[in-house]
Amino acid sequence: MARGIRLQRPAVLLILAVLLLLLPIVSNALGMSFLTVDFRRFLIFAIAAVSLDLILGYGGMVSFGHAAYFGLGAYTVGLAHVAIATQQWPAWVSEPLVTWCAGALVSALVALAVGAISLRTSGVYFIMITLAFAQLVYFIFVGLKNIGGDDGLRFVANRQLLGMIDLGNRMVFYYLVLAILGGVVLLCSRLTNSHFGMVVQGCRDNEPRMRALGYETYIYRLICFVVAGALAGFAGALFATHESFVSVSLMHWSRSGDFIIMVLLGGIGTLYGPVFGAIAYLWLESFLPEYSEHWMLFFGPFLILAILFAKQGVIGSLPPAPASAKQRHA
Amino acid sequence: MSLLLEQLLNGLQLGLTLFLISAGLTLVFGIMNFLNLAHGSLYMLGAFLCATFLAKSQNFAAAVAGAVFVTMVAAFILERGVIRFFYHRSHLDQVIATFGLIIFFNEFVRFVWGPVSLFASVPPLLSGSVHVGGGATLPVYRIVLVCVGLTTAAAIWWTVARTRAGILVRAVASQPFVMPALGVDTNSLSTAVFVAGAGLAALAGALTAPLYSIEAGIGEPLLIKSFVVLVIGGLGSVLGAFVAALAVGVVDTVGRLLPGLVALPAAFGEAAIYVLMILVLYFRPQGLFGVRTSDG
Repeated sequence: MARGIRLQRPAVLLILAVLLLLLPIVSNALGMSFLTVDFRRFLIFAIAAVSLDLILGYGGMVSFGHAAYFGLGAYTVGLAHVAIATQQWPAWVSEPLVTWCAGALVSALVALAVGAISLRTSGVYFIMITLAFAQLVYFIFVGLKNIGGDDGLRFVANRQLLGMIDLGNRMVFYYLVLAILGGVVLLCSRLTNSHFGMVVQGCRDNEPRMRALGYETYIYRLICFVVAGALAGFAGALFATHESFVSVSLMHWSRSGDFIIMVLLGGIGTLYGPVFGAIAYLWLESFLPEYSEHWMLFFGPFLILAILFAKQGVIGSLPPAPASAKQRHA
Repeated sequence: MSLLLEQLLNGLQLGLTLFLISAGLTLVFGIMNFLNLAHGSLYMLGAFLCATFLAKSQNFAAAVAGAVFVTMVAAFILERGVIRFFYHRSHLDQVIATFGLIIFFNEFVRFVWGPVSLFASVPPLLSGSVHVGGGATLPVYRIVLVCVGLTTAAAIWWTVARTRAGILVRAVASQPFVMPALGVDTNSLSTAVFVAGAGLAALAGALTAPLYSIEAGIGEPLLIKSFVVLVIGGLGSVLGAFVAALAVGVVDTVGRLLPGLVALPAAFGEAAIYVLMILVLYFRPQGLFGVRTSDG
């Protein structure tokens, strides 16, 4: 283990956390405060990527529809604001905490319905069905012309959290998103290490055996799927407040592919790897077009090579922390 | 009534297009256990090549043949250069690798043909329409497409059911480890099936080129509908793909008429095929003609 200066995962996690904590301060000092807003967006997508890792890496459920839950959460916030603007709903509904939780709830309910049907199957069927359902949600929103359809929905997001925290302040909103991301990673890591998480991982590795042991595997997987959907919805809701604009492109099926790429490039089954993946992917996506209009011509083959030769991703290829004395003797 | 008849023809034509696409998907999956998201890109390539050759030669039949041939050559290179390394990888790896191929192909057509959509015109000989009883007007070209689609479907059935190649394909699909031991060259067979499937997708793309504006990503909505077809029909079954493709095609086009009748937003017409899929999944999770266990 102590060979040279090979970075280990906890060290990388620490470096990542420190960099993200310092980012707004440094970018302000350098006069590039727009970076704070850019990274806020990256971190919001990172929350959804972490939630996807929960079902992809730990549950072994290859969901190709995660963008739908993200988009549903975003639309919930957008539609709530529209309903308030037209005085159909009372103004207190626009409280960010309320709309964010509503976004998570809507996504959780849809994930419950989709998961209940999709989890009757597995393997490739599961991939195709989750993709088909995401496409269904996408087309329903494309078709609803009265809420913007293809053109999207613009609104003025309420940015007064609990009436005292001003999210209009760049730094405040950034640190709130960072804190939520940290909380989500922590929550997911507790969840995967719990009895529940062990059962879900058992289902991934050998479902018939788990069933033979007496576990209702279907229920465990469904709960895991719904939790991931709810977290993605919460991220989508944050995004709507961040952007004050939602459009169906958030739910496009290729966005679901992007989320899987974030998880894989960062490191599947590591939870904080997808944070790396999301930041790296979105940063490339916003900066490469300046160099070449046709950057995707290279990105596609790069992706194939990455899957072929480095499928553990950035974090997955680093050695884990040396096992503690307790674990070693366990 | 006449509207219904016209939509039925459209539905039949869409169904046969979906069958040409899903036949390749299902055969490739049956033999190689490989899920190819980039199959829609081969359809797109067929459409682009057909429009280009048509503009050059003014001969529709030659343009279609050329598009199918060039796409098959591209598919051969693709299978030997990329796809075969993923046959034994997890479905997740296959999905992301072929998603990478989609990204590549979409950008490739933008790079080669520019950002503007292409158009192909219906050959003059087939551009009229026929009037039938009840005041319905049926475009000749769609009728021809249905005939070509049915002929191709019959040819696929004959190949799979009656020829030696078809026997090998079915044998490898059901006994992937025994057949190589009996001396069957599964490597070449995989390549042949992949290239043939690509040819069918390209044929669908080339034939339907005059119906749409041709732009990057046109294959993807059809790919996703083909997934619905495969889920309904059962993966690995050509007959299942045929029945399900026709059902999905007709339900999708006729389903669009429904919201107008019962005053629902048009978007719910899109939902019809997914409702069909949910119903089938509920009663038969392995699909109508599925022979494999659910995790294939």
